Amino acid sequence: MSGEHHHDHDHDHDHGGQDIPSATALRVKALESLLVEKGLIDPAALDAIVDAYETKIGPRNGARVVARAWTDPAYKARLMQDASSAISEIGFTGSERPHMIVVENTPGTHNLVVCTLCSCYPWLVLGLPPVWYKSTAYRSRAVIDPRGVLNDFGLTLGDDVAVRVWDSTAETRYLVLPERPEGTEGMDEEALAALVTRDSMVGVAKVVAP
Amino acid sequence: MIPREAAPGQPVFAEPWQAQAFALVVQLQRAGYFTAPEWAEILGAELRAAGEDDGSHYYESWLKALEKLSLAKGLTDLATLDARTEAWEHAYEHTPHGKPVVL
Repeated sequence: MSGEHHHDHDHDHDHGGQDIPSATALRVKALESLLVEKGLIDPAALDAIVDAYETKIGPRNGARVVARAWTDPAYKARLMQDASSAISEIGFTGSERPHMIVVENTPGTHNLVVCTLCSCYPWLVLGLPPVWYKSTAYRSRAVIDPRGVLNDFGLTLGDDVAVRVWDSTAETRYLVLPERPEGTEGMDEEALAALVTRDSMVGVAKVVAP
Repeated sequence: MIPREAAPGQPVFAEPWQAQAFALVVQLQRAGYFTAPEWAEILGAELRAAGEDDGSHYYESWLKALEKLSLAKGLTDLATLDARTEAWEHAYEHTPHGKPVVL
């Protein structure tokens, strides 16, 4: 089993060599080296992918999309109509381009995004999902008891607010367009983007004014 | 209970191998060796098989799914992969500190 340590990897025994990576890490290394040898993958591209996801692609991208939608009604209309195109308009493009749908929170409707199957997530605009998004608890409860999940996140909605849950798939990813908070009328796009959190774009939080 | 982050802005990957396994899937998918729905299906099956998880064992399921799909697609075979894993372990054991580990 690749996920288990089946050797003793204490480092005080006298092998005279290097610290041996875990069985799991060795498995990845083995697979990678075989695929590189066969010419199926490019090691430089692997590094570039990791670098992009560690440093360039993250929730700031989504925050800029939201802030633009708040300040530019024409942009918002395009975003609601064809989210994939509107997002690439801002300059966020990548090979991972599943169909994007933006769902808008209003005073009467709150949207929550989950992936019950695995962890499908709008990578391009939010980066990689946080640990709770991948937990079995969130993936199962978000559909059965969305209000309970929101309570866990400290968000209590009135009975007059409908909750809609969106189950992501490999082909379709959702981004929540949160409500623009009151008291932010004078703020520009950049200042607004700074307020928009990842959690608000998954739907487990609201955006709050500073 | 839904696990919460210890602090906002945690590193994206907890260990380097997770980043490597992630990038392998992205690149194999980009190159067309498998599709996004194929990947979601096999990852979903591994996550179900792994049972209750707070999200911290997610990349272990990710790696198992990657291994299974690579074998199913004939990108490598189990004997070769096992032998290569052993070879890397041997190389780590026998490479002096400070020297790059190569096969």
